[in-house]
Amino acid sequence: MRIGYYPGCSLHATARELDESLRAVASALDLELQELDDWSCCGATSGHATNHLLSLALPARNLALAEAQGHDRVLAPCAACYNRLATARHEIAADAALAARVARVLERPFANRVTVANLVEVLRELGPAITARAGRSLAGLKVACYYGCLLVRPAAVVGFDDPEQPTSMEDVVRAAGATPVAWQMRLECCGGAFSLARTASVVRLGRAILDDARRAGAEALVVACPMCHSNLDFRQSAMLERGEKPLPVLYLSELVGLALGIAPDTLGLQRHFVDARPLAARAAAEVH
Amino acid sequence: MARIGVFVCHCGENIGRTVDCARVADALREHPGVAHSVDYKYMCSDPGQALIKQAIAEKRLDGVVVAACSPHMHEKTFRRACAGADLNPFLCEMANVREHCSWIHEDRARATDKAIDLARTIVEKVKHNRPLQTIRIPVTRRALVIGGGIAGIQAALDIADGGAEVVLVEKEPSIGGHMSQLSETFPTLDCSQCILTPRMVEVYQHPRIKLMAYSEVDAVSGYIGNFTVKIRQKARAVDASTCNGCGACTKACIQRKIPSEFDERLGPRSAIYVPFPQAVPNTPVIDRANCAYFKAKAKGATKAACGKCAEACSRGAIDFDQQDSFVTEKVGAIVVATGFQLYRIGADQPQGLTGYGEYGYGTVPDVIDGLQFERLASASGPTGGKILRPSDGREPKRIVFLQCVGSRDPAKGMAYCSKICCMYVAKHTMLYRHKVHDGQATVFYMDIRAAGKGYDEFTRRAIEEDGARYVRGRVARLYRDGDVIKVHGFDTLSGEPLVLDADMVVLATAMRPQPGIEALAQKLSVSYDQHGFINEAHPKLRPVETNTAGVFVAGACQAPRDIPDSVAMASAAASKILGLFSQAELEREPTVARVDTGLCSGCFHCERVCPYGAVERREIRDRKGNLLKVVAEVNPGVCQGCGTCQATCPSKSVELDGFTDQQIWAEINALAL
Repeated sequence: MRIGYYPGCSLHATARELDESLRAVASALDLELQELDDWSCCGATSGHATNHLLSLALPARNLALAEAQGHDRVLAPCAACYNRLATARHEIAADAALAARVARVLERPFANRVTVANLVEVLRELGPAITARAGRSLAGLKVACYYGCLLVRPAAVVGFDDPEQPTSMEDVVRAAGATPVAWQMRLECCGGAFSLARTASVVRLGRAILDDARRAGAEALVVACPMCHSNLDFRQSAMLERGEKPLPVLYLSELVGLALGIAPDTLGLQRHFVDARPLAARAAAEVH
Repeated sequence: MARIGVFVCHCGENIGRTVDCARVADALREHPGVAHSVDYKYMCSDPGQALIKQAIAEKRLDGVVVAACSPHMHEKTFRRACAGADLNPFLCEMANVREHCSWIHEDRARATDKAIDLARTIVEKVKHNRPLQTIRIPVTRRALVIGGGIAGIQAALDIADGGAEVVLVEKEPSIGGHMSQLSETFPTLDCSQCILTPRMVEVYQHPRIKLMAYSEVDAVSGYIGNFTVKIRQKARAVDASTCNGCGACTKACIQRKIPSEFDERLGPRSAIYVPFPQAVPNTPVIDRANCAYFKAKAKGATKAACGKCAEACSRGAIDFDQQDSFVTEKVGAIVVATGFQLYRIGADQPQGLTGYGEYGYGTVPDVIDGLQFERLASASGPTGGKILRPSDGREPKRIVFLQCVGSRDPAKGMAYCSKICCMYVAKHTMLYRHKVHDGQATVFYMDIRAAGKGYDEFTRRAIEEDGARYVRGRVARLYRDGDVIKVHGFDTLSGEPLVLDADMVVLATAMRPQPGIEALAQKLSVSYDQHGFINEAHPKLRPVETNTAGVFVAGACQAPRDIPDSVAMASAAASKILGLFSQAELEREPTVARVDTGLCSGCFHCERVCPYGAVERREIRDRKGNLLKVVAEVNPGVCQGCGTCQATCPSKSVELDGFTDQQIWAEINALAL
């Protein structure tokens, strides 16, 4: 299977391990990722807070590139990129006048034919292949799947999972042989882009999420969004005020990579602030 | 040559303002076949009708065209006038120059031209009209009532008290419906069972009511006045004629932990059971899916696995070999009163909806629905009327009520308002406060809809006297946090998010029609809306009739209804039926479809498209009795004259009297010339 790949700025910077683990997992599962040539910013946060047309034209440019480069589907692993791309596609498809305006701005052919896929969605589709190749290395590992507020919303735009009771990440975790725990904070906000502007809020919100995951018996948190990861991993030391045990925060692709027996360093586990390597070592020990 | 009279009505100013009625009358006078043409200010008035009668007599008219309002308004009036002058009423037609012309146009000259055209088309049609005779059909003075809730009970009693016989069919082992499950009723807080059970007993003892509990309608055929209904009597495995209802069998049963449907799964029942102590009839029934005897038998056991109930029965009434039986009843009218079910999140998700998983219903034991709360509050309920929460039996000190769960939510639930929830939630908060004096009830609402006699006063009482706290807003989600339920909501009046701790949460889930309503509606050829509620014939003027003559509707199967509304509908349906039964014969409009059996090739497209099930099959045989062909035939008692068969028939062998192809062609030709 071949798919257009839109990494976005995060996956080339703070979320390099998401890019690395995704590429490793994709190659193990015969999924060919073709990075879009000349991709540009998706317009997340600042873009869509500034100008509506700009917020659609930026992602539309990338969709137009994907179209021109022969893709019918493009994978945007970052939840924010995914949201922007999917929203642009949705709004342009629903409004012919808007489509014409966007086309004028883009100054390139654009038929809005490309569909946008999310990391979780693609891994769920690969579920049977993951199960077939995964060992028992993750057996007994309890993880809390954290969707965050953005991944499955808004329902009309996203549509790959229920916006209130999603199951897709749990499905992937089960396919990889680990055990998802039942917990309450799966869809709460982590503070998003306020990591720098309102750090105290991010710490407060993150603490509630970590506390609930810990209470539910999770040994790690699994996420599918670079923003969530940076808030919960990078800011976690500030959240552990009462000497609680740190919770490693894994990208879903890293967890799948571990299940497939890919080396932790290849998956970028050494880049985390909360050390996830003991977990990986335990997984490796299970195999032997 | 035809001798047709044309009568142009001014309808006061309604037509006369935009259409030059005198010019219309003049133009029509020149039209071939028109023997008489006049205009008049109010044709429907007595002098107007006298003009028509006089002209028929004097000018020997053989057809009448009244150019006036819609035939819906006055066709009957003018046809009656013609009949009064000894002209067959079906030789009279109306040209609609009001709704189709004067009301919608402004240019007087062009509107007048159009009115002339409209009148001419109808003149051309009337040239092809033939005299038709009113159809007379006999009527069986016996009614079938489907559903033994309060609506069905009321309808059955009213019809039977009016002198006609009634067959009352109820699918559950006992009549009583949801009303028998309620603790108290709004807005008077009188005990539901105390007012219901006397009516149940009255049904049981009424000499003209045949009660068939634990039965379902299997098939319906026939038409108004002449329905034949096949009813399946489900096997109770108990002989009702010998059982005296002593209850020894239920005490002897070894299965004691089956969730009771009557107690909304909050309490247990045995496998042989009577749903509740006041059940009517008081005959137990064996739940075969849960009975040890039947379970073992289904697995192929040859020896009886259990027989405790049969041993305990002193009258030998237990009959394990009893089978479903069928009874055929002839009735003249039918009342559909199948009632409602509460939307059970997750358990029965309406098609295309994913529901309210975030409320934890079914996973958090102390999140219950409105009917479950009724059972907790009821003296006959699983807790003996004490408000105790299901998870640990403790008395909840904080209850949060959520209104509009599934109602008024086109995105995730049903778009309609369930109408009763505002009232019963107010009632719940009062019952709760009366039983738990230090308990705090909090209600999340969208707005309070308390339209009804004494209703608004009732909700005010809940707030002002019984201390219910009303928060305008929705709840985003609920989850269990140790011992309490965390309720995340939003107060839209103060504009602030709220997190409340609750010991119990009650969801006022939407009212939906009973499962299987679509299948029943199809058997009865009545239409239903996208939610499954039975459609009434007219939302304002014919609220208890359906689009199938002789089939009536009452109660919450038509739309969400409370008890007073359901009872009023039931009495209305009963009075309609008694009116129907007061006639010796029923008169039907003769504008029905007719099949030319010589032309009919027996493809039965008409049978498939007929919405009323009026098309029947008839065998045509030669003198020796050899089958020549099977043709379609229209039952004039059932046919409603919609014309669908006529439009569908590939060989043009179906004609609708009064609207034949020839007549329609004549109208079109008149316009084209």
